[in-house]
Amino acid sequence: MAHYACMFVIRSNQICSRLLNRQLFQCREKFKLPDKPEWIEIDPKALPPETVLDDSTIQLIERLSLVDFNNKEGVERLKSAIKYADQLCVVNTEGLEPMYSVQEHEELFLDEDVVREGNCKQEILRNAVKVEEDYFVTPPGNIPLKQKKLFDKEGS
Amino acid sequence: MLSLSLREVLHLIKTEQISARDLLKKCIERATSVRELNAYITETHELAWSQVGLAPGKSELAGIPIAVKDNFCTRNIPTTCGSKMLDNYVPPYNATVVDRLLTSGAVLMGKTNMDEYAMGCGSIDSRYGPVRNPWKYKFQSSARSSVIIQSKEGPTSGGDWYIAGGSSGGSAVAVATGTCFGALGSDTGGSTRNPASYCGIVGLKPTYGSLSRYGLIPLVNSLDVPGILTKTVDDAALLLRIIAGRDVNDSTTVSESLHLTDLDDQPSVKGLHIGIPKEYNAPGLCGETRRAWEDVANALETAGACVSLVSLPHTQYSINTYSILCACEVASNMARYDGIEFGHRAEGNNMSTESLYAQSRHEGFNEVVRGRIFAGNYFLLRKNYRRYFQQALKVRRLISDDFTKVYGDGVDVLLTPTTLSVALPYSKFSMADNRTRTAEQDYFTQPINMA
Repeated sequence: MAHYACMFVIRSNQICSRLLNRQLFQCREKFKLPDKPEWIEIDPKALPPETVLDDSTIQLIERLSLVDFNNKEGVERLKSAIKYADQLCVVNTEGLEPMYSVQEHEELFLDEDVVREGNCKQEILRNAVKVEEDYFVTPPGNIPLKQKKLFDKEGS
Repeated sequence: MLSLSLREVLHLIKTEQISARDLLKKCIERATSVRELNAYITETHELAWSQVGLAPGKSELAGIPIAVKDNFCTRNIPTTCGSKMLDNYVPPYNATVVDRLLTSGAVLMGKTNMDEYAMGCGSIDSRYGPVRNPWKYKFQSSARSSVIIQSKEGPTSGGDWYIAGGSSGGSAVAVATGTCFGALGSDTGGSTRNPASYCGIVGLKPTYGSLSRYGLIPLVNSLDVPGILTKTVDDAALLLRIIAGRDVNDSTTVSESLHLTDLDDQPSVKGLHIGIPKEYNAPGLCGETRRAWEDVANALETAGACVSLVSLPHTQYSINTYSILCACEVASNMARYDGIEFGHRAEGNNMSTESLYAQSRHEGFNEVVRGRIFAGNYFLLRKNYRRYFQQALKVRRLISDDFTKVYGDGVDVLLTPTTLSVALPYSKFSMADNRTRTAEQDYFTQPINMA
């Protein structure tokens, strides 16, 4: 059983087209990796200062997320995620368009406007915990979430 | 019999040297005996018996047992994603890839364990407990002496065990222990390849769009791909051929650009250009992995391939990009779990919809999921959108262009490690939190997901 930790990434549909304009590579007798990692050290001064999260931002995110995570631990986790994400600001992306999908150049097909399935009320309702007369049931809406101030809560 | 490859066993069944029923019986015995490894959340042995009776010998997969990760919908079988949120969810439909396997004659051994909502790289963050790597595992049950995968140093002592990798750890262990001959996983940032490498099997992440995602409970829609785990590359190709192709229920599937090639029985690598990305020689790469990488490169060069160093300059930023894109899409995808139409619903809360949702979601999701939703919504705030989400998408373009350039320059295949280190013991792995471990272990696997 192979025990090597290796991965092959093959683009077989491009092999034929590249036969015509292939570069010649130097073949060595024994391949050796460079001794030191190729790594660009990020200058800490190039990074933005640590984000300060005010109470209103936390409460807004909680209202959007609805996961009851606006406690000390949740905020620490968020700060660490932001700090990690801040490292991207050193990359120069001027003039680039965002890449939303790897299929941006593919022509994806549209579905035909034909009804293929239906009459499955029982299947749709059967996974709901609370159902009344074939309706899903919820408490009243349009009532904002009651939130405590951040420093009132400790832990989850 | 259970250590044979899928193709070998298929040949035995089709030539009537063994029966599919005998094979299933052996797989079920094996699954029962390695239950300690916690590879399965739901075992479907009864269903498998009924399916093997129906699968004629002439069908393509002729009754071969397979396993499916628990984030693929399977009709009338609980599908939980390893989470309390979907503890009570029983889908009314099959995922397309599952359907294609079952229609081809495969029988379902069960739904495998995974990190909650596929967020993780160790398969330890599941509601149903962690998945254990069978390599060097010391079974508690005395009847298991014939199945312990022996190595020269012998089993671990002191109750520790090695992680199976994630998030498709259950699927990897199911294949590695011989309980099935192929398994479905999902791959968003390496979740199929990572556990495959830790469990010593083959993990394939097909190109985005070649397999249908209909029925795969989404994590990150623009990166998710169903993955295939098998004992050999040939088996993975066999399963890929069966399940790939356009699906009317998934408009991102493409079949025109899908070219599945056949290799010779003794394929030659003469003239194949293999690129070694120098940026993958990253800090933290362990000695054993590095040596394995060099050994394989040299073996291929000896066999006639041409190996050289290439550059993917933006590799070191790809994990940061992935963390932002993942959090943002997760924040959006997890919004569907409100506990009303399906899923966990908090009891006794009738104050307001928002309060009910918050409580249900707090109870249903673990900290990892909640943390990502929280971070994702922060990155998507109007004031942060351009700085984080759009910046990440632009860096994604740079990463994708790196790959396009390298392949355009004549490289046929890139050879890289799968993870920074070999499988860690659980005691060591659990010392750091999920986000730190994901940043380390997904380092090599997630760039190609984004490209």
